[in-house]
Amino acid sequence: MARVFKFGDQLNTDDILPGKYAPFMVGDEYYRYAFAHLRPGFAEAYRTGDLIVAGRNTGLGSSREYAPEALKKLGVQTIVAVSYARIFFRNLVNLGIVPFESQVVVEALNDGDQVELELTNGVIKRGEEIFSLKPPEGFLAEALREGSLFEYYRHHHRFPEG
Amino acid sequence: MSETMSQKILAAHAGHSVTPGQLVVVDVDQVMVVDSIIQTVIRRLQELEATPVHPERVSVVIDHVAPASNVNVAQAHQEARRWAKANGVRIFDVGRGICHQVLIEEGLAQPGWIVLGSDSHSTTYGAVGAFGSGMGATDIALAVASGKTWLRVPETVKVELKGSLPAGVSAKDLALFVVGALGADGATYQAIEFHGGENFTRGERMTLANLTVEAGAKAGLVVPSGEIALQYQVPEWLYPDPGASYSQVLSVDLSSLEPVIAAPFAVDNVHPVGELAGKPVDMVFVGTCTNGRLEDLHEVAEILKGRQVAAGVRMLVIPASAQVLEAASRDGTLTTLIAAGATIGTPGCGPCMGRHQGVLAQGEVCVSTANRNFRGRMGDADAEIYLASPRVAAACAVAGVITSPAHFTEEVCG
Repeated sequence: MARVFKFGDQLNTDDILPGKYAPFMVGDEYYRYAFAHLRPGFAEAYRTGDLIVAGRNTGLGSSREYAPEALKKLGVQTIVAVSYARIFFRNLVNLGIVPFESQVVVEALNDGDQVELELTNGVIKRGEEIFSLKPPEGFLAEALREGSLFEYYRHHHRFPEG
Repeated sequence: MSETMSQKILAAHAGHSVTPGQLVVVDVDQVMVVDSIIQTVIRRLQELEATPVHPERVSVVIDHVAPASNVNVAQAHQEARRWAKANGVRIFDVGRGICHQVLIEEGLAQPGWIVLGSDSHSTTYGAVGAFGSGMGATDIALAVASGKTWLRVPETVKVELKGSLPAGVSAKDLALFVVGALGADGATYQAIEFHGGENFTRGERMTLANLTVEAGAKAGLVVPSGEIALQYQVPEWLYPDPGASYSQVLSVDLSSLEPVIAAPFAVDNVHPVGELAGKPVDMVFVGTCTNGRLEDLHEVAEILKGRQVAAGVRMLVIPASAQVLEAASRDGTLTTLIAAGATIGTPGCGPCMGRHQGVLAQGEVCVSTANRNFRGRMGDADAEIYLASPRVAAACAVAGVITSPAHFTEEVCG
């Protein structure tokens, strides 16, 4: 079972990983400061595979890839949001965190819910309820099949053609 | 087909015509890498077993924490210097200034170019008619390795500027007005194209283009005119076609604008200064890629001349570059600022990201000329950042509370 950690609209990269805790400032343990201001104790409470859910314009602000990378180091494999800011979206694809979009699912899930996740086919189960997410298509699907866009480039020496 | 500036630039770099929504792979003219993430870029290049395909198209800037504040940062800087030297890449070291300011001063962003930067405010290059866009460390590493990037061709929001700004109202007020009008995700995945700003200086255009990312924009282009058309070689093909299609048109009567402030904790939370008047201020910060240029320092000096920073207020001025610092020193601006009680920092990003040189304590209030007021951005999670123009910031420093600059300019005139 995965626990839902739910955040609101306009979740910015200073919320996700404050700039003063960047890896070049504090070293390799920087990911322990994920959500340090917004949700102290997150890094300790989060278990690999737990689901992050957020609202509109998720990840706005800085281009700092170490914000989503901190989440990856904690075991985040996917995020479900109403919408994403563009740099953050690119960073997720580059790191291989699957960015699902669904207003219905975001509205339905509550913080603390226990759910089952089937990442490959985009299914979330909460008890008897089943939610379906639209899996990435084309360019993104091609990149994520290799694990991430970076891994795709490393293997093929070119960008996916979608 | 009628095209926007973004379509024209991306088509010229893809080698074929493009339409909004299409994914394209384009050649990149310049890649800018900053100190805060360069270790990740180097690690990614090692994983690819790659070196820069066009070293002359890569610039490293040490600005985000410069000079180094601790040993980790010092090591990142050392690694940056060694990597740049080993790969024949130019590097702008401690004190040269903020990445976007430096690249534009050095002519490393030109009309019609694609410039990628490892900093979200890389939209700033749109000031000179370049398609500037911010990206994360992996995207930047791939661009350094391949000389290319992938982009979704954006739709464009057109901002039509009409008339001229009233005295005391600045490009920063206009930029904040636009972010407030569009909202923090009003231009997500899109470009913003400014038309009609003939009288705007290069610096003012940088302020406009800089803040477009706060509306979510991928790029923010100011159609070359005025001093840009005079000082740069603007290719004929770059100008947008009259019949180009826009997702939205925002028409702004410049004469109707007034000084504004973006209140915590969102850049689109924009209010007339008067609505926040009287709020006590602990620190005033003038600087950053948004407003650390000579003309910004001049606006501050106009208000500080013959006055004093209020007791209990710290006023920090950080010029955007060594060139700005030198010019402000030569023309007496620094003397005016220092006489009024301000202090001057090393050209660079300063405390904008809460890392050094003026971090805020719990509950403190800062009026800043920067670009973000997110919770905890400049230090403690409960500190408050109010974003404003240099003129408004200077007025607040003298008054010790949030106040309109009109009060001070009238006194001088009358």
